[in-house]
Amino acid sequence: MSASLEPIVGRYLRTTWQQRPVRIYFEEAGNGIPLVCLHTAGCDTSQFRHLMTDPAVTDRFRVIAFDLPWHGKSPPPVGWQDEDYALSTDAYTEIIRTFCRDLELVKPVVMGCSMGGRIVLNLAAHHANEFAALIGLEAADHQTPWYDTEWLNRPDVHGGEVCAGLISGLVAPQSPDEARWETLWQYLQSGPGVFKGDLHFYRADSDYRDRTALIDTAVCPLYLMTGEYDFSCTVEDTTRTGAAIDGAEVVIMGELGHFPMSENPVKFRQYILPVLDEIEKKSAPKS
Amino acid sequence: MLHTLPELVNQRTTLVRRGRFLCVDFRLSVGDVDYDITVNHGRLVGFTSDGGLLRSWRFRIAAPAQTWLAFWQPVPAPGYHDIFALNKSRLARLEGDLYPFMSNLRYFKEVIAIPRDFNFTTEQDLVA
Repeated sequence: MSASLEPIVGRYLRTTWQQRPVRIYFEEAGNGIPLVCLHTAGCDTSQFRHLMTDPAVTDRFRVIAFDLPWHGKSPPPVGWQDEDYALSTDAYTEIIRTFCRDLELVKPVVMGCSMGGRIVLNLAAHHANEFAALIGLEAADHQTPWYDTEWLNRPDVHGGEVCAGLISGLVAPQSPDEARWETLWQYLQSGPGVFKGDLHFYRADSDYRDRTALIDTAVCPLYLMTGEYDFSCTVEDTTRTGAAIDGAEVVIMGELGHFPMSENPVKFRQYILPVLDEIEKKSAPKS
Repeated sequence: MLHTLPELVNQRTTLVRRGRFLCVDFRLSVGDVDYDITVNHGRLVGFTSDGGLLRSWRFRIAAPAQTWLAFWQPVPAPGYHDIFALNKSRLARLEGDLYPFMSNLRYFKEVIAIPRDFNFTTEQDLVA
């Protein structure tokens, strides 16, 4: 087997977040409309590696994904050792807008999954004019919790094992083994308490049922795409959310679960490519 | 066929190794039938359904037979594919001291998934 280089390139951005200096790792591939990808809770940018190596995407989109501080290759801010990480709507929104501004992205598309899909709704409600389109994967304005997050970070339970064990059932049975286990590996290596800290945002600070009425899809198109095997953000959660937003397009994805882009990249592209086609058409300069 | 579960677990060396720190008594309730299962360092060394003998267990996984039948299909339908999906919808219940279960999640998930190889077609098959 011959060696080859993938087109993905990684760099670090130094910026300020919540009044603190941070070092943000991001990677990108492709040219065209900026497509900023937001990883799931307790995970990192590697979830989007398949999208970044798909010429059908990268020939017309500049796919960019960044690791939130505390995740992947983005370290926590200085002093982290004496604090408990807890993400909030305010902090999450700030870092997305800061990242897009610092990279001088003009009208990017933002696509987030799970908690990344949740925050997309806040962007749609309050910052729609900054984006060309928004895509929420496994996204809803609210969903019912299904486990006690205290299990995620305690000294007598292995954090990586319990995080991966909990979310393993969110992968659809049809997902190929290689992609399934890579998806789980991403959860096995998360830092202690990081998944739990993300879920503070997801569980305690992002009930967006109060703001879906503010979303104007004429300003920024909104797509909500959910896998039928996702029992965390269920098809019903997404359908209910979409029904409350005039003009939102809901796509239910068969044979996919909570991590469509990483658990079954071949299946996912069947659903995401038509959406990207539509966004590309809408973004084309009017003649 | 469920009575073959110990043999099928014990011949899976990687699964047994994964459970090497685990010793616990737990109960698997399939409808009205309670299976009391003893794990000793990852091996299933006790598996009885003699019921009513006042056996103790640390935790119990319980669901109606028709729920287990759906869960144990080779490719389960959405909502029936994971024990936590069943617990969220209250089709199954996890009871008792969940520490051994939660601290050995992958082990238990793999053990209870083994009957998907049995090709159950009816509820009667489960207890045959």
